[in-house]
Amino acid sequence: MSYYLDLAFNGVVFGCMYALMAVGLTLVYGLLRILHIAHAAVYAFGAYVAVIVANGSGSLALGLAASLAAAALLGMAIYRVLYQPLLAYPPYVAMIASIGLLVLMEDGFRIAFGEQGLTFARNPYPTQLHEFAGLTVNTVQIAIIGASTLCLILLALFTSRTRIGIGWRATVSDPAMAASFGVNAIKVRYLNFAIGSALAALAGALIALLDNFVEPTMGFVVSYKALAVIVLGGLGSLQGTLVASLALGLIESYGTIFVGRFMDRDAIAFLFLIAVLIVRPQGLAWKAA
Amino acid sequence: MSAYAYSVLAIIGINVMLAVSLNMITGFCGQFSLGHAAFYGAGAYAAASLAASGLPVVPALLAGIVVAALLGAVVGFASLRLRHDFLAVTTIGVSFLFVGFVRKQAWLGAEMGISRIPPSGLGSEGNALLILACALATIGLSLYVNRSWMGFSFRAVGDDEDAARTVGISVTAYKLAAFTLGTGIAGLAGGLYAYFTQFIVPDSFGFLVSVMLMAMVVIGGTGSTLGVAAAAVILTLLPEFFRFMNDYRLLVFGALLVLVVRFAPGGLAGIGRAAIARARGGGAAPQ
Repeated sequence: MSYYLDLAFNGVVFGCMYALMAVGLTLVYGLLRILHIAHAAVYAFGAYVAVIVANGSGSLALGLAASLAAAALLGMAIYRVLYQPLLAYPPYVAMIASIGLLVLMEDGFRIAFGEQGLTFARNPYPTQLHEFAGLTVNTVQIAIIGASTLCLILLALFTSRTRIGIGWRATVSDPAMAASFGVNAIKVRYLNFAIGSALAALAGALIALLDNFVEPTMGFVVSYKALAVIVLGGLGSLQGTLVASLALGLIESYGTIFVGRFMDRDAIAFLFLIAVLIVRPQGLAWKAA
Repeated sequence: MSAYAYSVLAIIGINVMLAVSLNMITGFCGQFSLGHAAFYGAGAYAAASLAASGLPVVPALLAGIVVAALLGAVVGFASLRLRHDFLAVTTIGVSFLFVGFVRKQAWLGAEMGISRIPPSGLGSEGNALLILACALATIGLSLYVNRSWMGFSFRAVGDDEDAARTVGISVTAYKLAAFTLGTGIAGLAGGLYAYFTQFIVPDSFGFLVSVMLMAMVVIGGTGSTLGVAAAAVILTLLPEFFRFMNDYRLLVFGALLVLVVRFAPGGLAGIGRAAIARARGGGAAPQ
């Protein structure tokens, strides 16, 4: 029995990580209708900055802070340099540019930091085990669940309680109307990329802690899973995205024992995606996006 | 010519076949596919496993075409129901699913791939010439399709599905036709590749290959057969000419993709058209 509980817990941990990744993608899609595939490069970038700064300064907190800040800046730069000039073209043009950027950045990491990847010099957290209601969990897993819950609650409060947050939501649902009410659409876009990218960097840094390892291609598979998640969530729907993230985490976790003999863990996400799309071409969201 | 030159020629031919056939699906018919390598792989695996079990060359190649085209038709059915963005993500999924599936199949050699592929009997020179002939035939077919009623319908579907339906074009039939035709050619390329290398592994048909093929289509100029074929030749040759580039192959592809999309969205074909227009003294031509 505890084996299945462990699987469920693992599923939730990965679900939280997918949620942190997918929120940024969903927000970009909601605002600009672009499938922001280079989000994975931001995730890997966040992990690299966290490792390098933490090893250089000896402080993990500083590493995390630097990672979030650098990723937020990178996200805004990607919008400014790559996406903004391409908004006049059909959305797939920006998506191709995004794939190009992902390939470019991942190869850049490989050339700059080596194929072997990097590890934290001091990282006791994945081996700190805690007994918890019959489950054995480590500190990083708790941190992933805690941090993602906290971030998503803060995000929900931000978008419902603050002026700029409400302006953001208004811009997502109707850009022209929001602009006529005095919302600065350009500011909203920068904010969007800054927050989404910081969340992706947080996911990257936490996964780097969990595996105690960063490598150039670490974002590759995760990114496409995050894409699968946002499609499942109905593209642009935040609630749908959260449900789909957790569902995918759990399905991967259990799927590995049932279909692991026939296919990779990484392929399960897409099998699930294709199965859902056959039944519901509009995704899992309850109302059509 | 040396064996090395023949092998470069063969790879060029295969990439031309793949890029031009992807261009039929994406460029002509507007169906964004990021899973082309999966069909290439399906053809290669079908031909390789049948050849290894004793089937002669021609039936094995035909089987590769059929398997890839069947798989393509299935994805084509998905494209009937899905919006553009959903289709892009689904075809990415097909790429991952194919590699994830093949890796775990003991009867397909799993991670080790298939290595007992018998020679085609043509020698490396004959293989390369056969592949080049197929590549030229693919270009010819693509040019012909583009000028035919079918190409006209493909473009109508790609530009505006609803408008195409209104004027009586069967969107269903043409989408399926585009997918079946394009993926069938990819399957043939896969079979030829299997005979040419006599050794295939799952990773040769992964998502990065799909991205590379899409890069060839976009850099060549989406929808232009000759532009895409030229891009396939150039992007295959670049790393061969500049040995130091081999290590940075992906870096260069990524950078080219970003730069072309950002500064010359018409690709090579767009640049070529503009140059021809300027040479004719027509002044600055639109992209």
